[in-house]
Formats: sequence, structure tokens, C-alpha cells
Amino acid sequence: MKLKTVIFICLLLLATISVSAQEGTEVVPEADTTEQMPPPAPISMLTATDTDNDNGHSVTLTWEASPDDGQGAGTVMFYEIFRWVPLMRDTVEQVRSELANAEQELDIGDPTGEIKERRNRLRDEYAGLLSRYSDAYGQYPNNGIWKSVGVSPSGDTNFVDKGSKKREAFDYLPDYCDFYYQVFAVTSDDEIRTGSEIFGPVHSYGQLFNTGRIPIFAAVLFFCFMTIYFVQKAKKGADLYVRPLAGIEAVDDAIGRATEMGKPILYVLGLGTASDVATIASFTILGRVAKKVAEYQTALIVPTYDPIVMTVAQEVVKSAYIDAGRPDDFKEDTVHFVTQSQFAYVAAVNGTMLRELPATNVYMGKFFAESLLLAETGAVAGSIQIAGTDEIAQIPFFIVACDYTLIGEELYAASAYLGREPVLLGSLKAQDWAKAAIVILGITGLIAANLGWTYFTDLFQVMN
Amino acid sequence: MKKTAIIVTAVVMGLFILSWVLKANAVSATAESNYILRGFLVTIAAFLTLSVLSFLYKDNPFYKFAEHLFVGISAAFWMCLGFWSTIVGNLIPRISEGLSNAFKVPYIGGDWGNVLGIDIMNVVFIFPIIFGVMLIMRLSSNYGWISRWPLALIVGTTAGLNFVRYLQSDFIQQVSSTFVPLLGNNWTGFGDFLSNLSLDASGQLVLILANWVIFIGVFCGLIYFFFSKEHTGAFGKASRVGIWILMITFGASFGYTVMGRISLLVGRITFLFKDWLEIIS
Repeated sequence: MKLKTVIFICLLLLATISVSAQEGTEVVPEADTTEQMPPPAPISMLTATDTDNDNGHSVTLTWEASPDDGQGAGTVMFYEIFRWVPLMRDTVEQVRSELANAEQELDIGDPTGEIKERRNRLRDEYAGLLSRYSDAYGQYPNNGIWKSVGVSPSGDTNFVDKGSKKREAFDYLPDYCDFYYQVFAVTSDDEIRTGSEIFGPVHSYGQLFNTGRIPIFAAVLFFCFMTIYFVQKAKKGADLYVRPLAGIEAVDDAIGRATEMGKPILYVLGLGTASDVATIASFTILGRVAKKVAEYQTALIVPTYDPIVMTVAQEVVKSAYIDAGRPDDFKEDTVHFVTQSQFAYVAAVNGTMLRELPATNVYMGKFFAESLLLAETGAVAGSIQIAGTDEIAQIPFFIVACDYTLIGEELYAASAYLGREPVLLGSLKAQDWAKAAIVILGITGLIAANLGWTYFTDLFQVMN
Repeated sequence: MKKTAIIVTAVVMGLFILSWVLKANAVSATAESNYILRGFLVTIAAFLTLSVLSFLYKDNPFYKFAEHLFVGISAAFWMCLGFWSTIVGNLIPRISEGLSNAFKVPYIGGDWGNVLGIDIMNVVFIFPIIFGVMLIMRLSSNYGWISRWPLALIVGTTAGLNFVRYLQSDFIQQVSSTFVPLLGNNWTGFGDFLSNLSLDASGQLVLILANWVIFIGVFCGLIYFFFSKEHTGAFGKASRVGIWILMITFGASFGYTVMGRISLLVGRITFLFKDWLEIIS
């Protein structure tokens, strides 16, 4: 009996403890834990400065992380950055939005002229508001609110508040206005947060010089100096050596062959525009070819893809005929426009190749997908082919289908080699010196990088 | 015209009409309207494709027809596109509200403000018109020289702008890209290197090899493009290494591009066998 009583009491005690334990679990909900979460320590040393090396409309904030960011209580999840903005901003935004809508409606149509009138009124109103925008920022802390401008994850200690420079953009950030900032350390519960001290005023403004691009400035100075030096040297009659280029040496032979065979020479300038470096180099080579052609009285065909290239090429060929003393032999049709459609141009040039059967095809300039189509057809037609381009992807096709190929910069060198003009020779020499500089700087940088001397390699980090 | 040519042309025309009829019939089963037009469009596309491909045999009248059609249409198309997109689409909306209304394009002038009641944008965009007129002056035998001025401006301005861009992308950044660790990123000695030897693409051995290829490739390649010195002796040997590296690169590039071209061919073959002949589904 006693035993049964003892067992009963024990069971009763166990049940009581179990229920109390369960009740205990229920009375300590997660929310209670959160409520007990203390607010995080604020960030310190908040500073805001204008962002360097930009065109303004940007402020960079830095701070020292909250002691509870990763350490301490470890409760900081992110930082939220606030900027004080005048209440007028809402009005500006509303007018801007209405103006954008009016512009869209105007694009659709305005038979009565009512939309246009409304657009003009809104445009004036918007311009008036923006002119008072700077003054409104100066009214801090009156007539304004704190507006969130972004968040930064925990661990970060900086933030760039970058706005648009366009006055009509919704995120327009005016220059030379008083900005005030405050950064909040925020926990997993968005309500539990601690703000820093307010920092301000700070202005954003643009810089005249981007100091992050000084390496480029130095390179420009170096290259300009070398070019001027060698051009002057060439003008004084110094013998500047340029190694022979097989492709260019072959040009004279190819023109001679065409003359002997009584067949024309086809000169293709590619698909580049008159401002492409390869096309400019090609003009020089065309001048040389045209002069020889004029001297030998051989026919020349120059189909062009771009109207402006055609205009320049006509000038070049005309000048070459004048230099050769045969201005009357020049025909405007020698250089003619075909079309600005890539493959239609190829079809036309291919047709010319098979019908005119030129003795020599010269491809110099900028080429794209049409390179192999042209070169292959020329090979089928039995022409001697000389090509040159700076389009790396197309060089392989010319190499396999042409007799001679100028690879990349050889095209530029060819124009200097043929022209022998001081300006071209001088710039070619300057380029060689630039390559020598690359080799020296490259080896120095390589040694520095392998030894961990970052100060040298950092010199070549250029800001965009 | 030769008798053979007449027979061939007649046969091709007959085949074309037969294809048109059959295609229109096939299309009518799936489309309710325009089946005659759609049958014609598919047939003409197939005919032009085959005409262009006939160039692989030799130059012939069908290829000439396709070529002239292509050149003529594209020249006219690009001229119209140039007029409507450049002059009407870009220029007129910036120079005149009246002209914008006449061409039914939205007027966008006025964004740059006014000076003395004159729209700045209107004034600025007069200059392209002046340059354009100057370019056209080359049609005149007496005043053709005027066209050289805008040409000089185009070439000079672009060359100047590109100069800085090229210096950044082709000089400074290329130099800094050659600063590679020749012993990999985490060199801790030969023992460690040999014990962890792996041919994995992200392994240290591959990384070291890649960095050495960059180092040797860049410097030997640069030596090949050095024009002020004859390529003899050690300089010549380095230059030979440079041209070998270039040729290997071109070979890889060739294969890669040819694969792209084959996909274009597959596109046309698919059109012929699927859309035209309906042999494949």
C-alpha cells in the first residue's frame, strides 16, 4: 500500500514538474527575448565629405562601426543612412512626375494643344521650384524631414550618397546645398535602432581635375613629347630606320603585275568610318597605291562602304593623280559608294572581283565578318592579295586567304613606311618608344608585384 | 540570249511558280488569309538563298540578280533610314517646333534654356546642318574644297578623343594587367607545390603556366611589333617567339569564329528544309 502511495506521489510530482516546464516554455516567447534586446551602440566619428574626382552631386560618408557590429552584442544587421530634405522636395517630386506624364501624353498626340500648354506651365513651375531648392536646404532644421537615402550592410563603414545631375531626375542631388546626415545602427528588429550624432552641413561639388587619372595624363605627356621630339628630328633630316614589311614591299610588285596583265587593282577600305585609325592609315596606303597606279596608268577600283570614307578616298586618289602629274586621268568613278549594308557590300565587291578579275586586291582598314568572304573570293579569282587590319578577330582569315597580311600595328607602320613623312615617321618612332616603356614598366611592375610592392602597381590603377 | 540560258531561266521560273503554288496550298491549311502572299514570300526567300549559294559554283545570272537586288534595296533602305532616324528623328526635333509638327515628331528643344529669348538647343544644332551643307559642297567643282573643313573636324576630333581612350585601355590597363604573380597567388614553397600538384583549371600549376604565358607572350609580342630595329640576333629570336604566340592565338580565334559562321549556315539550311520544303519539323 505504502509502495503504491509512494509511486502515486512520485507520478504526481513528475506530472506537476512536466506541466510547469511546459508552462515555463510558453511564458517565455521569442517576442519577450526581442523586447529585452537592448538597442545597439551607435556608430561614432561620422563624417561626410564631397566625393573626390567626380562631377559633383555625390557625398561620401564614413564612420566607425558600432561596438555591437560583429563584436559586443553583435546585434547590428545593417546601417540606414538618412539625409535631411526640405519638405519642398515632395512638391518638386509631384511636379516632376506630372511633367513626365505630360511629356508622355504629348508623345502620343495633342490635337487641341491643351497638353502642350499644360506641359509648358509645368516646365516653368518646375524650373521655378528648382531655383528655390538650394535655399530650401538652408532652412535646416525647419520645414524638412529626414529621408532614408540607402542602407549599408553591417561591417561597412562608408556609404556614397550619389544622386543624379539631371535636374529632371527623381534622384537629383543639387550641388552647393547644405546637407545633414544621420546614420542608424539597425538590429534584426527594424524598430530597435540607434541613431548617430547628426553631421552637417556638407556640400557636394564637382572637381575640375580627376586626380585618379593622372597616370593617363602622364602617358599623354610622355607620348606627345616623344612624338614631337621624333617629328622634329625627322624634319631635320635624321635617318629614322623602319624595318621592311613584307606586305608593303609586295605592293609595288603587285601594281607592276597588274600593269603587265592589263588588269585593274581593287582597293577595299573596309567597313570603318573616316575616324577609325585603321581607315586613316589605309588612306595613306591608298595614296601611295594610287600614285603608282597613276604613274603606270593602271586601272584602280575603290568601292566604299561609308559616304564620308568615299569623300576622303576621292580626295586622296585625286591628290595622288595630281602628284603623279596626271590629273586628267583621274575619274570620280574610281572611288564609288556601294551601300552601307555589310553583306550587300560584300556581294557587290565579290561580284566586281569575279567580273573585273583584278590582278591585285588590297584590303586595308577595318574589317568584320566580311573579311573571309572577300579574301576567299579574291583567291578564287586568282588575284594577288595583300591585307591589313587591326581587327584581331579578322586577321586569321586574312592570313589563311591572302598572300601577305599586315598584322595589327603593322598597318599603321606601313603608312609611315610608305609615306616617309616626318609626322608619320615621328609618331611611329614614338610608338616604338611607348612599347619600350611598356616592356620596362611591365618588367618592373612584375618584379614589384612578385615582391609585394604594391605602391608601384597602384600607380597604374586608373579611375574611370 | 543563248538557247541554253533561255531553257535554264524557264525551268527555274517554272520551279519557282510550282513552289509558290505548293507553298501557298500548304500555308492555306494553317492560315486563313494571305496564304498566296505568304507562299510567295517563303518561295522568294528560298529562291534568293539558293541564288546566293549558287556563287559557290561560279558567277551566274541568278547570283547577279540576287546581288543587285540586295545592293539596291539595302542602299535605298539605309538612305531612308538615315533620313528618317538622323534628320527627322534627331535633328528636326531639336531645331524647330514647326518642322517637328510638320513631320509629326515630338519637339524636344528648350531643354537647354533660353538666352535673350532664343532657344540654345535650336542654335547649337544649326552647326550640324552647316557642316552637312559644307560636306555636300564637294558636288560643286568650284567650292569642293569647303568639304575638307568638316572632314578635318570629324577626323581630328575623333582622333583626339580616341587618343586618351586608347592610352587608358591599350596602354595603362594593359601594362597593369601584366603585373601577374609568376609563382601563383599562394606560393608556399616547392614541397607544398609538388604535394598539391593538380591539373585543375583553378589549380596553382595552371595559374602559374597562364601567368608565364602572359608574361612571355606580351613581351615577345611587343618585340615583334618593334619597327625601329632589325629583327636579328636575340631580338629576332624573341620576335619569332612573338609571332608564334600570335599565330597560335589567331588559330584559336579562327576556329572559334568558324563555329559561329557554321551556326549561320545552319540557320539558312534550317530555313530551306523546314520553312520551305517542310522536310524537317
